[in-house]
Amino acid sequence: MIAQGTAPALKHTAQNSAAEAIHVENLHKKFGELHVLKGVSLSARDGEVIAIIGGSGSGKSTLLRCINCLENPTSGIVRVNGEEIRMKADSHGHTVPADRKQIERIRSKLGMVFQNFNLWSHMTLIENVIEVPVHVLGVKRDVAIAEAEKLLARVGLAEKRDVYPAYLSGGQQQRAAIARALAINPRVMLFDEPTSALDPELIGEVLKVIGDLAREGRTMVLVTHEMKFAREVATHVVYLYNGLVEEEGPPEQIFGAPKSERLKQFIRNIG
Amino acid sequence: MIGICGAYGKLYGGPVVRDLLAVYTTIVRAVPELVLILLLYYAGTDLINQLLTAMGYQRIDISGLVAGIAVLGFVQGAYSTEVMRGAILAIPQGQIEAARAFGMSPGLLLRRITLPAMLPFAIPGLANLWLIATKDTALLAVVGFFELTLATRQAAGVTKAYLTFFLAAGMIYLLLTLVSNLIIGRIEARARRGMPSVKEAR
Repeated sequence: MIAQGTAPALKHTAQNSAAEAIHVENLHKKFGELHVLKGVSLSARDGEVIAIIGGSGSGKSTLLRCINCLENPTSGIVRVNGEEIRMKADSHGHTVPADRKQIERIRSKLGMVFQNFNLWSHMTLIENVIEVPVHVLGVKRDVAIAEAEKLLARVGLAEKRDVYPAYLSGGQQQRAAIARALAINPRVMLFDEPTSALDPELIGEVLKVIGDLAREGRTMVLVTHEMKFAREVATHVVYLYNGLVEEEGPPEQIFGAPKSERLKQFIRNIG
Repeated sequence: MIGICGAYGKLYGGPVVRDLLAVYTTIVRAVPELVLILLLYYAGTDLINQLLTAMGYQRIDISGLVAGIAVLGFVQGAYSTEVMRGAILAIPQGQIEAARAFGMSPGLLLRRITLPAMLPFAIPGLANLWLIATKDTALLAVVGFFELTLATRQAAGVTKAYLTFFLAAGMIYLLLTLVSNLIIGRIEARARRGMPSVKEAR
């Protein structure tokens, strides 16, 4: 059903034949009077790593959160796995998901990693990792535990399995959060500024884990401020400015030969 | 239980639910418990019996014990609604968001994340309510429920050994509190697992 492991991970190769995992079309999002997204389109095919960059307030986190309906888009189309999220208007005129079950099904195929880790503080790491497989996906507990141990070992936290999140460093917590997201065997991984809350010396360990995932061909959408990292791992970079896609393309083009003045300025300021 | 439902209704419910709950918690917390007990016991049983006769059933005799428990539960529910509401608000929102992002249904979210995560914040308040409730049982004497204080008064009145009996009653309340504290301490230690001790963080 999910074929990331086998998808070729060769960067920059045309992957137009791969199935489209995420499709966003003409997405608008308003918070009251504030128009955050003004018609954004985005597509992620299997094996692609999409990096979304942009200044603060450009709407990049909002865009990511609209994909799994943590924010309800005001209008536009979001398709995950070929399935379009059905929306309806509630009694206040807000757009809300029409079918809660559909949202839950779609969310359980998207592995989200947050800026602030958001591990469940009353559970140990292993409990955090098996929580969703056991209680949402219905995996048997012993199977889930065996899988979770492998995942924790993979992010270098095997010996911390019975430790509570509060006793770990930010980098360790974020790696555990990545293991938790991987545990659902997601079609796409969504990263929402995964290193922005970390001390500089801890960023590397987290980026290494994400980079490994990218190299093995996992489909990812990544909101980040780490330009060097985005250039290394992304197959496609989207620069958002003020709620619109200002420029997009392969990383060499975006970072090497940007066309838009704003993007040039942005790269100068941040680089 | 009332507290959990009440807190949930107040935080996530629609406007009608929220208004109804606001009326409930405001009135119950505004009126002295003694008055509420009398009101709910006499008016409440009368109402139930009128309903029953209207539906063609026999009148029932509601015992002081059942009525007492119901009334105290009703009163405690109003207070614990607020305790729980505070506790739920104290949960880092990100943890709830993470659960939603992984496709948990609202029921599962409540059972697996919200309740266990809010427990450490709710226990001190709930423990207070419980201890107050153990002593509020004394008020139930007014509806003829034969509890500790009433028994003491009668025994003391008969034997004239006031000091002995009231000291004994005090000891029993104290014992009850000590046992409660022990149990609450255990529950709190369990609920706070995963939270570093405050002392270490100084």
